Amino acid sequence: MTELAALGTEEPMVIVGAGQSGLQVAESLRAGGYEGRVVMLGEEPHPPYHRPPLSKAYLAGEAEAAQLTIRGPDALARKRIELRTGVAVAAIDRDARELALSDGSRLRYAGLALTTGARVRRLPLPGADCGNVFGLRTLDDVHAIAQRLVDARDVVVIGGGFIGLEFAAVAAKQGKRVTVLEAAERLMARVVAPPVSAFYVDLHRRHGVVVELGCVVSEIVAGDAPGSGREGGIRHGGPDGDGGPDGRFATGVRTADGREHPADLVVYGIGVVPNDQLAVAAGLACDHGVIVDDCGRTADPRVVASGDCTARRLADGRLLRLESVQNAVEQGKSAAAALLGKERPFVASPWFWSDQYVAKLQMVGLSAGYDEVITRGDPDEGRFSVFYYAAGRLLAIDSINQPQDHMTGRKLLDRGVSPTPAQAADSQFVLPSLLK
Amino acid sequence: MVMVSFVEPGGAEQQIDVPEGWSLMQGAMSNGVEGIEGECGGSCACATCHCYVDDAWLEKLPAAAENELAMLENVVAERRPNSRLACQIKAGAALDGLRVELPEAQS
Repeated sequence: MTELAALGTEEPMVIVGAGQSGLQVAESLRAGGYEGRVVMLGEEPHPPYHRPPLSKAYLAGEAEAAQLTIRGPDALARKRIELRTGVAVAAIDRDARELALSDGSRLRYAGLALTTGARVRRLPLPGADCGNVFGLRTLDDVHAIAQRLVDARDVVVIGGGFIGLEFAAVAAKQGKRVTVLEAAERLMARVVAPPVSAFYVDLHRRHGVVVELGCVVSEIVAGDAPGSGREGGIRHGGPDGDGGPDGRFATGVRTADGREHPADLVVYGIGVVPNDQLAVAAGLACDHGVIVDDCGRTADPRVVASGDCTARRLADGRLLRLESVQNAVEQGKSAAAALLGKERPFVASPWFWSDQYVAKLQMVGLSAGYDEVITRGDPDEGRFSVFYYAAGRLLAIDSINQPQDHMTGRKLLDRGVSPTPAQAADSQFVLPSLLK
Repeated sequence: MVMVSFVEPGGAEQQIDVPEGWSLMQGAMSNGVEGIEGECGGSCACATCHCYVDDAWLEKLPAAAENELAMLENVVAERRPNSRLACQIKAGAALDGLRVELPEAQS
């Protein structure tokens, strides 16, 4: 691969996307000794911010927006990272090494990092465009939701995954009547085992949340908001006039069993879609994400990608999509190294977490394909871990209020050390002793 | 504003005005202090905002909660009696002048 750093070109390294991964690429370029220009383009109007607290502490009103900022403008300027917000990329011309920007200008690049993230998977239902129906992904999404939440009484959450459940916990704690509608037979079914799902359904119900499982949503029932002013022939969206395209508001959510769940606020969390459109249009290989190797490289030596927008090709040929902070950060480091002509593979075990009420769920490893589940600790006490095994080998651990198990688990998995199922089940057995 | 001194791994000292109610992690990161990663955004889930609190200030801090203690057991750099996670320390008037040192490594 060409030593881009040695080219001495005036063209900048350009990073498309100013989220956690984009920022990591920019800072790792500097940390790696790159002295040339670094330009980071962001569609959102904000400097890079921490996204995980959006559905947690921030939504609960425990922080102000500025506290989410990862790096402020001054800190970026000191590192000569040129942040341009409110600008989108319309197209990539890889032959000319040039971007067409939404403001009509063009920008040549020496190297290009795609850190475009992912977008909320929209609800494919009638009525989904109502003014009080929201996905939850960005700071602006959360501001809109928080504003509605103040006066909301009946909150319906569509999707019992991390985002939906974290939001449900916040709404329940604020005294709202909350209903969670989940199509699968258990919560977070895509990522956790039945004992963990069972713990969380119980946790939410104890906080007064109605959880409907195996419940398929068929329609958002649209009507007029109270005080919409229709009687006067004037169409407002609602008290503050910000309704959907027709000023319509959801009054409930209908499910396939014919029931209607009343709602004055609907939040859905049914997954995300990687933003790989630019890469697709530029002829880069994509498959539900920009395909990269474990060093963040695409087939084009001038183009790398990292974070939520990627699908990583594993050694066995499979593609792995991760949506996590760790992935954004670690792939970002790899991608920056690749732009500088170095190999820095990201191979650590994936980890994730979710905060709901006082339960902290921390996950490490990937449990897909497990054939045995071992519970360590007592779910009734609200602290336990679930160990996932395949053919007697540890794949993953989910820990609820057991950060020690989680952190030990990261080391075990990273080093390929597998406690026996019997050791995992014995809460007296000291797991870190296996690391000595 | 609460003035907090962060001593970066190389020895450089930065004085940051941290708004009351913000965590030390938030104040340090948004101002570009080197040596704090704070990957998880303050959820006490990553142990990458490890800091050493000057002994004179240690007793003025609320004690670390159980979760913070568990995460501190897993910091990458040496854990010392004055080890804390910067995301769990909220700036308040009583901490004006606080000085913390940052370890060589966070991850």
